[in-house]
Amino acid sequence: MKKFQGASFFKGVYYTYVFLFLMYLLTPLLITAILAFNDNSAVSFPWKGFTFRWFFSNTPGSEGVFGEKRMMDAIGMSLKVASMVTVLATLLGISNAFLFERRDFFGKQFLYLLMLLPLIIPGVVLGISILSFSHRLSSFFNVVFGRKAGSFLNPGYWLVVFGQMSFITTLATLVITARLRRFDRTLEEAAMDLGANNMTAVILITLRFLAPAIFNAAVVAFLFSFNNFNTTYFLIGTEPTLPVLLYSRLRFGITPQINAVSVMLMFVTGLLGLLSVFSSGEKKQIRQK
Amino acid sequence: MRKLSYKTNKINNTNFLTLLIPFSLWIFLLIVLPHIELIKYSFSKKTGEFTLGNYLHFFKNTLYLNTYIRSAIFSLIVTCITFLLGFPLAFFVTKMATPKLRNIVMLLIILPFWISELIQVFAWVVMMRETGIISYFFQKIGLSSHNIELLYNDIAIGVGLVYTSILFMVIPIISTLSTLDDSLIEAAYDLGASFWNVLTEVAIPYAAPGIATGSIMVFMLTLGNFISVTLLGGKNSLWFTEQIYNQFILRFNWHQGSAFGILLLILSSLLVWGGLKITKQGMAEVLK
Repeated sequence: MKKFQGASFFKGVYYTYVFLFLMYLLTPLLITAILAFNDNSAVSFPWKGFTFRWFFSNTPGSEGVFGEKRMMDAIGMSLKVASMVTVLATLLGISNAFLFERRDFFGKQFLYLLMLLPLIIPGVVLGISILSFSHRLSSFFNVVFGRKAGSFLNPGYWLVVFGQMSFITTLATLVITARLRRFDRTLEEAAMDLGANNMTAVILITLRFLAPAIFNAAVVAFLFSFNNFNTTYFLIGTEPTLPVLLYSRLRFGITPQINAVSVMLMFVTGLLGLLSVFSSGEKKQIRQK
Repeated sequence: MRKLSYKTNKINNTNFLTLLIPFSLWIFLLIVLPHIELIKYSFSKKTGEFTLGNYLHFFKNTLYLNTYIRSAIFSLIVTCITFLLGFPLAFFVTKMATPKLRNIVMLLIILPFWISELIQVFAWVVMMRETGIISYFFQKIGLSSHNIELLYNDIAIGVGLVYTSILFMVIPIISTLSTLDDSLIEAAYDLGASFWNVLTEVAIPYAAPGIATGSIMVFMLTLGNFISVTLLGGKNSLWFTEQIYNQFILRFNWHQGSAFGILLLILSSLLVWGGLKITKQGMAEVLK
């Protein structure tokens, strides 16, 4: 509302509040980012000159991000996990959206609530429940199919992927369902009248309509997976993901190398976050057309 | 004709199964069965016999009980603070700012929203630790002659929890408020309402679904928090998730840890259910 009614003093106070809020939101992150380029191993001011060494140095003991194998391995692990979770959760999200938007069946209401459930289960509880269940399942596989049949269910890559999928699938489903709900089914029927079969119509018309939401769901899935800590912490084996490695580092003290990783993460997640905003912005345009 | 409809029906049925099977595998293998297993663990001894001991241990031990209650109350307080601080911002973005200013503020809000919680907490460690930025500037401007430790207390935990969860309150409120017709607010002003009246009689009731969503998100994130609490609160932050971690990972007592997990689940479900009842919202609508 442009013509805000009220005393200008009040308005001044309100704008100050908003300004302070944004300062509170951004200052810690900005300072953290700035200190990644400060040639001072204390992770604080004073400013001792600009440097890239917290990114690229190979000096043993004070390696930069790219100079330390363990750090790079953790980034690689996180990327591997996040890619797999993104693909699986997005595919499941599409399938679930069609199930709940296009089908009527006995117990649908109940299953829909079940689908929402992961959102109100604390991440720690998801982690331990999947850990206990996979432990049981893995010993069962070992007994039935021979010694190492269940080993893929030991803490490690696949367990992290499954653990994160448990709730990220719900997020993907919700994003895609919201758009499918707005789809005009007569378009599909028109395509079928013109000779397309059911499947072709869905692929050509409906999935194309869903594309922005599918992209958005994939971005959301990737970010939630890449950033996840609570569930992942219980399910990792010997190879940590980036958040888990950073957490264990932070418990023992901090180095500017962590600032450098933070800058990289802020940049990448910021970019992806913006992409997600733009893809949902596009959604509005299409709706208006 | 009959033949044709039989054929489409058959296609629809196989189609239905190809949609139902992936869903069922996901929900049963990753949600339902693991939680049944967790319940089984919580009611058994290490030898596998049935016991109530894991739960009795919780109720007999005041440390566990206090941590449980403290986490719940702390989380409720954080939820209220994020609402009080966040609602004015959401109202500003949707109803007061010019379109250009709105876009700038939205951008500045969305960017930190996506940054990993770990980085957010790290940023506050950088700010608040003994040799941190706040301590540095206090000495620089002469307010203190020595390093000040701001970490490892409840206020540090509170600052971190509010910081990492407030946008989960702001964003759902923004999305409900943005559908509130401006003319309703103008009408309220024309009828002599004050800003306060507009907030409490028009905006807040209208935004109730968004507030409910935000409150549930914030409460869940806070109660289930691990990173902010342990990094900003230190070793004795007395948070219930930490007890679960200790049992599972440090003591390797999965049975006790499972009982704690179930108790945490009961606590969060009860409070979410209570919150939905009070605000008269349905879970399916709130989590949409």
